[in-house]
Parts: sequence; C-alpha cells; structure tokens
Amino acid sequence: METQFTPVEALVGGALIGSAVFVLFHTLGRIAGVSGMLGAVLRAATPGGERIWRLAFLLGLLLGPLLAVAILQRPLVQPSPASLPVLIVAGLAVGLGTGMANGCTSGHGVCGVSRLSLRSIVATGVFMAFGFFTASVGRHLFAG
Amino acid sequence: MTLGKILSGLLAGLLFGAGLAISGMTNPDKVLNFLDLTGTWDPSLALVMASAIPVSALAFWLARRRKRPLLEPGFVLPTNTRLETPLFVGSALFGIGWGLGGYCPGPAIASLSQPSVPLGAFLVAMTLGLLASGRVAGWLSPTGTVGPAGASPSAPRQPRG
Repeated sequence: METQFTPVEALVGGALIGSAVFVLFHTLGRIAGVSGMLGAVLRAATPGGERIWRLAFLLGLLLGPLLAVAILQRPLVQPSPASLPVLIVAGLAVGLGTGMANGCTSGHGVCGVSRLSLRSIVATGVFMAFGFFTASVGRHLFAG
Repeated sequence: MTLGKILSGLLAGLLFGAGLAISGMTNPDKVLNFLDLTGTWDPSLALVMASAIPVSALAFWLARRRKRPLLEPGFVLPTNTRLETPLFVGSALFGIGWGLGGYCPGPAIASLSQPSVPLGAFLVAMTLGLLASGRVAGWLSPTGTVGPAGASPSAPRQPRG
C-alpha cells in the first residue's frame, strides 16, 4: 500500500529514539539494542539483576506506541502486508540473523553507527543492502 | 537501586517505543515502501536514522566526560572489533527477513500493543531464530566462540541490535 512522505514525524520519532539511547547510556551505561536485550532476557544464564531492567525496557517498548497513539489520536501501529508463511520465514531470518551478527537496526544501525564502530557500520551496510534488494526484487516476485 | 534501574529501563523503552510509532516504523507498509526502490518510494525512514544517530552520538560524546553512569559502576560497550563471517552472514539474513516482512526486532515488539496472529507468528519465529543463532554462528566460526552462546556477564559481548 502506498504511504505518504512524513518528514516531521520521522525526525521527531528519530529524536525520541535517540533520547532513549541517551537515557539508557547515561543511567545504566548500556547500549539500547533490542535484539540483544531480548536475547539476554531469553538466556537462562542471565542473572536476575541483569534481566529485570531489560524486561522493563521491553515492556516500555510495547507500551510506548500506546502512549503515542493516546497523544496523537491516530492509528500508528499497522499490520504487515506479508502473508503468514512469509512472516514466519521473515521472523526466523530476522532472529537468526540479528543473533549471529550481535545486533539489529537499533544496536548496530543507531548505537553502533553513532559510536563509529566499524563492525556496526559494516553490519548496517550489509543489512540495508539486503533489505533494499529483498524488498525491491523479492517483493515483486512474491506479489506477482 | 533496583527500582531506579527498572524505572530507567522503562523510561528508555517508552521513549524508544513512542519514537518508533511516531516515526512510522510500526507501519510495515512504510518500511517496505522505504526499502522498495522500484515502486512508490517513501524516504521517511532515512530521516528517522538521520535524526536518531546525531542524538545518540551526542549521548555517547557527552558520556566521555563522565566517569560512570548514574546507576551503575561503569559503562559497558561491545569490545569485539573483528569483522568475522557470522557478522556478514547474520546481517545478510537479517536484511532479507526485514525486506520480506517489514519488521525488525524493535518495531515487531512495539507492534505487540496491537496483537495479531501474523505478528505473533513472526515474533515466535524470531525468538526461535535468536535462540538458535549462537549455535549457527559457532558453525561458521573456526574458534566456535562467536555469538550469543559465547557471551557471559563477565565478558560483555552481548548482541545488541
């Protein structure tokens, strides 16, 4: 489905994401990486004290959109146009890939790039390239 | 100071989730229209990065002037600087999955505020993939120490995406 170019919302939302990175690093000294936090929460070896603030972050992540919807009074969370089988394959690839690469759009794309980490810049370049390729080519193969 | 840590995590999560929703990242159509250069291209998400990165860079730059964060004894940054095979293969797999469904991990979890069966299926598959990733990364790495399975609290080499 076609979407409108929304520069103001994109810039404001991006600044909020950056401020979340700010809060987490200046209070707990940690990088705001979502796949890493989920991974740490899932690992049995993670001690309770290390798990609890990550769970709080993930809860906030889930509640944040509700807060934004309540303030802006319009729908912001939309379903994916992809079919159920495609979403299952996509989920496996995203989980496996971000776990193997130790990061996703937040940990590598935002935090790592802004720290000028070479690993993160390389990872971001690779996942952006494959994301562009898959959506530009694969989407038309599947949609026909 | 456990309560302080919980509140810090919660506040950061709320800001992150609200930011994702306002920016359009919880609308997979918008994500796919950004990634699909051949159709109705929507450049909005480039501006999300263009705004999130400078604010984050400022956070890391200002942190250099502090000895420690407010609630912990020290800053924890990834120490691995090697460009090893799992980084490339993993990032490629992630990009493919992102381009198929329009979800990366943050927006997928944030979208749980409006649960649905397809989203739930994506999240279950993503969790299974994440759990298997340490083993798969080990196969690709000659030392067998790469990936989340090799991370421990004393050696903070955790995935962070």
